[in-house]
Amino acid sequence: MGSPFSMNGGACVAMVGKDCVGIACDLRLGMQALTVSNNFPKIFGINDSVYLGLTGLATDVATVSDLFRFKVNMYRLREERNISPDTFANLVSTSLYERRFGPYFVSPVVAGINQTSGKPFICGFDSIGCIDFAKDFIVSGTASDQLFGMCEGLYEPDLGPDELFETLSQALLSAVDRDALSGWGAHVYIIEKDKVTKRLLKGRQD
Amino acid sequence: MEVLLGITGKDYVIIASSKAAMRGPTVLKATDNKTRNLNKNSVMAYSGESGDTVQFAELIQANVQLYSMRNGVALSPPAVSSFVRSELAKSIRSKRPYNVNLLLGGVDPKTGEPSLHWLDYLGTEAKIPYAAHGYAQYYCLSLLDKHHHPDIDLARGLTILRMCSDELKRRLPIDSKGLYVKIVSKEGIKEHVFEDEGQVLPA
Repeated sequence: MGSPFSMNGGACVAMVGKDCVGIACDLRLGMQALTVSNNFPKIFGINDSVYLGLTGLATDVATVSDLFRFKVNMYRLREERNISPDTFANLVSTSLYERRFGPYFVSPVVAGINQTSGKPFICGFDSIGCIDFAKDFIVSGTASDQLFGMCEGLYEPDLGPDELFETLSQALLSAVDRDALSGWGAHVYIIEKDKVTKRLLKGRQD
Repeated sequence: MEVLLGITGKDYVIIASSKAAMRGPTVLKATDNKTRNLNKNSVMAYSGESGDTVQFAELIQANVQLYSMRNGVALSPPAVSSFVRSELAKSIRSKRPYNVNLLLGGVDPKTGEPSLHWLDYLGTEAKIPYAAHGYAQYYCLSLLDKHHHPDIDLARGLTILRMCSDELKRRLPIDSKGLYVKIVSKEGIKEHVFEDEGQVLPA
């Protein structure tokens, strides 16, 4: 069977720009080498300025995204405000650590803009909730090795929203073309202070 | 070698399952029905470990009907599918998980929109235009990739199903004893007599 993290395949990447952040994922869902669906997005909107990317075991991607939809709805009702990306990152971390000895097989990525400070925020996690804060980029999924290479080569600090979209998309598209378990198109979100742009990329269909 | 197939068209869903009940290489029954009607507008086909399959399917069937009686609503296929997925996701982390793979097809009771959901024993769910489980995936998905369109009429859907059935007969070493076929449309669930005569030989 292999590792639960690589049974279904998938890739996700987030990057920081100047007063903006971007997050992107591929669309493949497979069982080992067989592709089951080519429309399985791995990015979930938490609110207007926070997004969660989940790669790994597809059943856990669905379970964990549902769990956070519930938790964030409860947060919004109790606090009467939206959750900030920093607070949400801690919620993800503690929720995953609750399952320390029987983890969800997912590698989450959080990207967003803090509406009070206006600062961009990205971070990644391992499956038991250890936070990886980064000021440049975060990668996850079966194409993570390829994504590290692409991001290391293409990334530069303080990109504007349009340049960030270009860099992020090229990094993802090139990375998934070298991974048999990822690809089949992509979703790319560019998040600014008061605007979010979602773009659908076709990508290679093979 | 259990076969489950699902094909959506412009206003219908075809769900097909093999008639052979098998235990290892032995065929115990040639008129098995691996489908359950969950309500007036959705059908579930199941395969997997014998015992688990019927037990799980009837659990789902009963709970879907109970929900509709309590709340006076007809559940849409996507709603049923998310319920089934959550049950399978709970089960996979339990002491003795259900080993059941499913196809869930139906039409929306209000809009009449057809939908087909693919689910496996882990709780993986995908809404797709055509689907298969088991060995049928390797033989039929490529055929469906080539011939399926979202707006095909029923006659065309059944022609494509025939192509799939022929391919399975041609390539699988064990005869799956024909297909049991149900068609879901706005008018409800109809059983379809799928003629199964003559052998199909490879070139």
